[in-house]
This record gives sequence, structure tokens and C-alpha cells, in this order.
Amino acid sequence: MQSTMKEPDPILEVENLSASTDNLTILKGVSLTVYPGEIHAIMGRNGCGKSTLSKIIAGHPSYNITNGDIKFLGENINSLEPEERAQSGIFLGFQYPIEIPGVSNLEFLRVSTNARRKFLNKEELDTFDFEELVKEKLEIVKMDHAFLSRSVNQGFSGGEKKRNEILQMALLEPKIAILDETDSGLDIDALRIVASGIKKISNDQTGIILITHYQRLLDEIEPNYVHVMSDGQIIKTGGSNLALELEEKGYEWTDNFIQEA
Amino acid sequence: MVNENLVKNVVKEPYKYGFVTDIETEKIGKGLNEDIIRLISQKKEEPKFLLDFRLKAFKKWQKMIEPDWAGLGYKQIDYQDIIYYSAPKQKEKISSLDEVDPKLLETFDKLGIPLTEQKKLTNVAVDAVFDSVSIATTFREELAEHGVIFCSISEAVKNHPDLIKKYLGTVVPASDNYFAALNSAVFSDGSFVYIPKGVTCPMDLSSYFRINSGDSGQFERTLIIAEESSSVSYLEGCTAPMFDTNTLHAAVVELIALDDASIKYSTVQNWYAGDEEGIGGIFNFVTKRGKCLGKRSKISWSQVETGSAITWKYPSCLLLGEESIGEFYSVALTNNLQQADTGTKMIHIGPKTKSTIVSKGISAGNSINSYRGLVKMGAKATGSRNYSQCDSMLIGDQASANTFPYIKSQQPNSEIEHEASTCRISEDQLFYLQSRGIEFEEAVSMMVSGFCRDVFNQLPMEFAAEADKLLALKLEGSVG
Repeated sequence: MQSTMKEPDPILEVENLSASTDNLTILKGVSLTVYPGEIHAIMGRNGCGKSTLSKIIAGHPSYNITNGDIKFLGENINSLEPEERAQSGIFLGFQYPIEIPGVSNLEFLRVSTNARRKFLNKEELDTFDFEELVKEKLEIVKMDHAFLSRSVNQGFSGGEKKRNEILQMALLEPKIAILDETDSGLDIDALRIVASGIKKISNDQTGIILITHYQRLLDEIEPNYVHVMSDGQIIKTGGSNLALELEEKGYEWTDNFIQEA
Repeated sequence: MVNENLVKNVVKEPYKYGFVTDIETEKIGKGLNEDIIRLISQKKEEPKFLLDFRLKAFKKWQKMIEPDWAGLGYKQIDYQDIIYYSAPKQKEKISSLDEVDPKLLETFDKLGIPLTEQKKLTNVAVDAVFDSVSIATTFREELAEHGVIFCSISEAVKNHPDLIKKYLGTVVPASDNYFAALNSAVFSDGSFVYIPKGVTCPMDLSSYFRINSGDSGQFERTLIIAEESSSVSYLEGCTAPMFDTNTLHAAVVELIALDDASIKYSTVQNWYAGDEEGIGGIFNFVTKRGKCLGKRSKISWSQVETGSAITWKYPSCLLLGEESIGEFYSVALTNNLQQADTGTKMIHIGPKTKSTIVSKGISAGNSINSYRGLVKMGAKATGSRNYSQCDSMLIGDQASANTFPYIKSQQPNSEIEHEASTCRISEDQLFYLQSRGIEFEEAVSMMVSGFCRDVFNQLPMEFAAEADKLLALKLEGSVG
């Protein structure tokens, strides 16, 4: 994509990124640029490095960047702590949201929201004001108020966990959201709720990266770009049609691209 | 590796209460013998029965052997190298708080326990103990209007000898154990509480124990008596300066609850724990026991143990009265080279007695944190029940947690339930919280206080907030 005078600055730039964990190379030179208002889908087989890419962007301590850069709003964030990235507006929706026994969901959401608000120089919310805000956001994911008094994700069904992720996204109002298989384990109704939630939260100033195996989420949220990953590389990039073609022909079809790449 | 990070980062911030008050003190010579005991008793102008009590205890102590069954590692204590009486020099008779040495008042001010009339805490009466003596007790007149006696045990010996004679040593006999015998021989001060029949104590009572002197031990003695249908909530806090030597603290606490009476005893223990290499710190060898003497009486212990180099402490309940209830809620946090061996004994003697044990141990650094508890159902404890839950949380990979539950039942018609779990703060949990903008340290302390929630819920309001803060402080690191 050529940048012209009129084009806004990119939100996220991943430049030739390589990364490893326990001496195992997982990413082998990934490049990806997301501009405001864009939705990108990343598809690929299990183990191709899609989840790793999302974790590295969020700052997971288990991975080492061996080459390349990640830039967020023009700044290199390679060495930022995960919480600094989150505060500045990077959101990772987890494939498997983590259970945290004993910590109330409400308190967790409040502390997290306030950390982001503090970064934005907005007033931090007390318990009462936060209640008001969270009530409004619960609507978006059609979650019951009762979820707030439970421990974070503990005993939640798969669908409830994913909705809780989108609730967090709604509260944090990120500049970029990377949603790692948010659609997996959801029934049709839950998928629609989650998809409509994502659409409500995003706008022409935000970027979204959807990591998915399936077309069905992309039926609900049409991406501007589809990237196919294999063995730690993006081997093909196309429009939303690429996902449909992939659905039809399967990943074996993409094996040909590896030779081309 | 996250664990290495944790161990490095999750180190306590400097101990906030480590200052020493520069004050003239009256100390007696080091060492322990009959003359020393006579001297202590004489200084306190005690009646003969108490001197006899002390001397008898001393004779017993001399024949006893320091216990080693807890497997705690520490340098042998030289009991002849300790000063057994140390008191700040004061005027002979103090009639009001205004006559207390301002340095002492300042000390307690700094500890967050203001004592003067203008500044004193409004919702709680405080007995402030400095080294071997009680400095001041607030709200005495107000409490007296309700018939509640709250004073230092030395004053109680003088003013209420009958109560002392009747109850002292009836829950923890002098011969109970090595440290209880030592305490019985040399105890210097402590708090005394008497709640008359039918009275609900109008405010929380609290004692604050401060060790100031480096070479003297603190041997306080607390006695609380709740008459028929009365109730009281009692809080205890402790701090000490930082010395590079170990200071011995061997206290005895006795609680007595008569028919339908209830006593709630809460402790936040923050004695100096020693430095990162394990130099210095308090040896906290304490015997705490409550006797549910009356029918439907209730004794509830809650404790947050964060300090001391070594903690050896088992607040227990003797459940004699029919349908009496014993409770133990505990959070013990150890870091660096601290060792804690703590738990409880629930001795069911009467029928239909009930006990609950909830213990949460958190071990960080190279510390060792053990729960040791006994649940005993006596032959007459028909229809009695116990529920125990012991959870351990490990932070880092150098800390250890142990659980030693002992169960003895002579009564087939009783129920004992025991649950135990161990967890570790996982990298995934930390990353999840961090990826939501929550700082590393706050993430750790959120999980720790979440883990302790069941116990914190049992603490009086203002104490719960303090405990939460204290744990966060203890785990606060120097991330950078």
C-alpha cells in the first residue's frame, strides 16, 4: 500500500518480525500494517504462528523478538511492558481467557478501565460511576449484571468468557484490537452477539485484527484484508474473497503459495 | 522465566516501622533466675499469689526442653543473654495521658495509633504496650460506664486480683509448653478485658504491642473474660524496630467465654521479619488459646501474619460448652527467609460443638510456610462437626508450603471434613491482568488478596483494609 499525503498514519506496523521461544523460531519475518478503520483477518492452520503473533504484539514475556520491529502509532514498542501497551490502546482478546479465582470481575474491570483512563488523562472512576459505565457496556454483549460479582472468568462457559473479553474491549476502547479466535467455541447466537459487539465498538479511528479458522465470523464482520499464515510467515494477502476461496479449497490449496513465496 | 522475575521483583519494600525511639529506659540486668523473677514481681508491686505463680512456672520451665518438632531452623536462643524487663522511665504515678512522655506518644503517632485525647481513634479503645509496660489505655471511663474493664494486666492485678486469681493460667497452664512456661515466669505486661454479663462491648478494643529495645524480650500476657451473654471484638497489632539481632517475643493469650458469650480476636502481626539475607527479626513464639466454657459460646480467631523471622503460633479453641463454636481464619505470608509454622487446635469436648478452620498460606522468596493443625473429637463430643480448608499459594519456585493436619476422633458420631489445595500464581494469569493495563505488582497483589478474600471477610472493617494494604506492601517490589 502506497502512502499518500491524504492517508492517515498507520496504527500498527509490524516490520519483518521474527521471534522465538525456548530456542524455537516461531515467526520468520512477518510484516503487517493496519490503518485506522481497517479490519484485517489472519487465517492459517494450527501452529502457523497466528496466536504467537498476537501475543508478541501484546508483549507476552515468553517470546523473544530476534529481528524486526513493532510500531504502534509510529513509536517502537518492542521493549514496552504488556501493561504499558494495554494502557496506550492495544487490546488482545484471548483465545482461552484466563480464570483468576478470588478476584471479582467487577473490580478487575474497574482497575483495568482506570489504568487506561489514567493513560488518557481521563478522570478515574469510583465504584458508583463505574457501575453506570459498565451497565451501559453490558448491553453491547448482552451480559447479565450477575457476571460482575463472580470471579474473573471462573466457572464461565466458553461463550461467557468470550463475551467477557468483548466487554473488556468495550470498556478499554482500544486503538487496535487483536481478537484471537474469538469465534471459536461459540454457538450461532453467541457469535452474532460477539460480532455485533465488535462492530459497535470499532469505528473509523480503530483497527481490528481477527484471527480465525473459519469463514463464519467473517460473514458477520467483513474484513478489508485477509492474510494467510503458514510456518511463521504471511504467505498470501488478499481481499475478503480470499477467505471464501480458502473455505472452499482448504488450507492444502495454500501449500502452493509457500513455494511461490 | 516469570518465576525468576517474580522472585526478584516481589520483594518487600523497606520495613516502615523499623525506627527506634530514643528514650531513657529502666532495664534490669541480663539473665534469668529466681532473683530476676522476684525483681520483676517486686517492680510491679505484685501480690504474693502472682509471685508464687511465676516461681512455680519458672521451676517447671527449667525442667522443660525447647521444642523442635516444628523443624524450624534457627540459632539456639541463649536465655541468659536476654533482658527480661525494660520500661521507659516515667513519673511514678501517671494520672492522665498528658503526663505520658511525649516521645512515647510520638512513637505511637508514627505507628498510626494516636493516643492523645484530641487525636485518638474514635471507634476503638487502645491499650498501648511499649516493651515491657502498658503506656496508656484510651476510653477507659466510657467503657467503665458499661461495666467493661479494659486496662493493662498489671493494673488488673492490683485492682481486680480476684478475677486474675480465678482465671489466670486456667486456659494455658504454666506447664503447657516451653514458651508458655517462660512467659508465665517473666511476663511483664499485656492487656486485660472483662465484659460483664449481658453487655455487648460498645466499641472494638485493641492492643498495640511495640518492641523498642533490641536486647530485651517481650513477654506479654493477655486475658479476656466474656461473662454470660456478652460479646467483644478485640484487635491486636504489633511492630518492632529493625535490629540485626533476633528478639524473642513469647506471649500468652487466654480467652474465656461463658454461656452465650462471644469473643472475636483479630491479629495483624507485622513484627520486623529480618532482612533479605535473614539477618535479624523477631522470633514470635506465641501461645494463644480460648476456652468456650459456656453453652453456645463462641470464640473466633482471625489472624494476618506477615512479619517475624520465625512464627510459631497456634491459636486454639477448647470447646467444652454444649453447642459451642470455635473458628480460625488465618492468612500467613512469608517472604525472603521467613519461616512460619502456624495453625490451630480445635479440641471438641462438649456435645454438638462446631469448628471451622480456614487457612491461607502464601510463600514467596526462599521462605517456608507451614500449616499445622489438630482437630480432636473427644468421647463426649457427639454430633460435633469440623470443617477445615487449607490453601497454599506459592510465588516463585524457591518457596515452600506444607500442610500438617492431625485428626483424632474418639467419637464415631461426629464429622470431620478437610480440604486442601496448592496453587501457584501462573505466568498466564499475570499476563492476562497485565494485558489489561494492570501493573505487574498490582496484578500480584490482586491475586493474593483474592486468594485471601475468605479470611479478610472475617476481619473487622478497618482491619481488613489495613491487612490488604499490608500484604500489598510486603509483596511490593522494586520493578525497574
